[in-house]
Amino acid sequence: MGLAKEHEIHTRRLSRNLGVGLLLAFFVALVFGLTVVKVKVLDPKIAAQEVQQ
Amino acid sequence: MTDTSVLDQDKEAGFGDYVALMKPRVMSLVVFTALVGLLVAPVDVHPLVGFASILFIAIGAGASGALNMWFDADIDRIMNRTKGRPVPSGKVAAEEALALGVALSGMAVVMLGLTANLLAAGLLAFTIFFYAVVYTMWLKRWTPQNIVIGGAAGAFPPMIGWAAATGSITVESALMFAVIFMWTPPHFWALALFMKEDYSNAGVPMLTVTHGRRVTRNHILAYTLLLAPVALGLGMTSIGGPVYMVASLMMNLWFLKGAMDIQGRNEVQAVADGYKTEKAFFRFSLIYLFLHFGMLLVEATLRGFDMGGW
Repeated sequence: MGLAKEHEIHTRRLSRNLGVGLLLAFFVALVFGLTVVKVKVLDPKIAAQEVQQ
Repeated sequence: MTDTSVLDQDKEAGFGDYVALMKPRVMSLVVFTALVGLLVAPVDVHPLVGFASILFIAIGAGASGALNMWFDADIDRIMNRTKGRPVPSGKVAAEEALALGVALSGMAVVMLGLTANLLAAGLLAFTIFFYAVVYTMWLKRWTPQNIVIGGAAGAFPPMIGWAAATGSITVESALMFAVIFMWTPPHFWALALFMKEDYSNAGVPMLTVTHGRRVTRNHILAYTLLLAPVALGLGMTSIGGPVYMVASLMMNLWFLKGAMDIQGRNEVQAVADGYKTEKAFFRFSLIYLFLHFGMLLVEATLRGFDMGGW
């Protein structure tokens, strides 16, 4: 049996797997975005630069 | 249900069934009121932080919905309105609903704490505990005042949104809480008057069943009377203003008129016109809440242009 063989369960659970996968990718992106925002707000140098601009 | 239908692949839970577990319609109200609470706060919140805060509040609300579906599967199976839900219909196992609810609750609280602040996270944790344990597990099947107490859980989101922005609880956020809290009983009891669900078969003590329809009609009027000063009082705070005040005054008068009409009717009259007054009151109650929070947004927007507010 080849490794790439599609088991019936893969097609059956496609919507679930796809949904969870997309959600996790979105969560990673969100945490990264929040990190960037928080670092900017917490870093006085960057905050001062933004005020000057 | 036949034996073969249990093995039917249509029964396999898709992604949408897990979404349904989180009660998306309740979540949409939570998102709206929490968003208003966050936007009317006199603090600038970074858009991404604001978005994430609302998202985690919504996930927390959805998680408590999943916990509710886990615990209430036995009565959901009996009532027509709820027997198509993922757990009673057999698509999702009750333990899975429990696992999803617990995991998402923890995730939402921790993430809200990291995104906004600990007060907002604490309030969200308390709301989930209140809805899942105090309401669902304890009071819902024990007292006909269950609607009143359950309303408190639905009233927390604007307070959490406000806390996420300001890090505090103030008279403004307490009054936003109070408006939803006082609004919930007349809203649901009007529904209970014309939906006539088999709550009694399910063993849920609804006021219409335990104390009768006359008492329910009186209760609707009493809560509507108590709601008016709270809604108008919110307009006197820093987030209110003349636009809110005029709109609120008109809506409260109309709501009171509806409640008085309901109180002045008996079942014979209601059956005769197919619960017309009760249905109209219920429909207006949705507009009432939506417009009250909408007007707070209008005032906040006007303040941005140095108009609005007091």
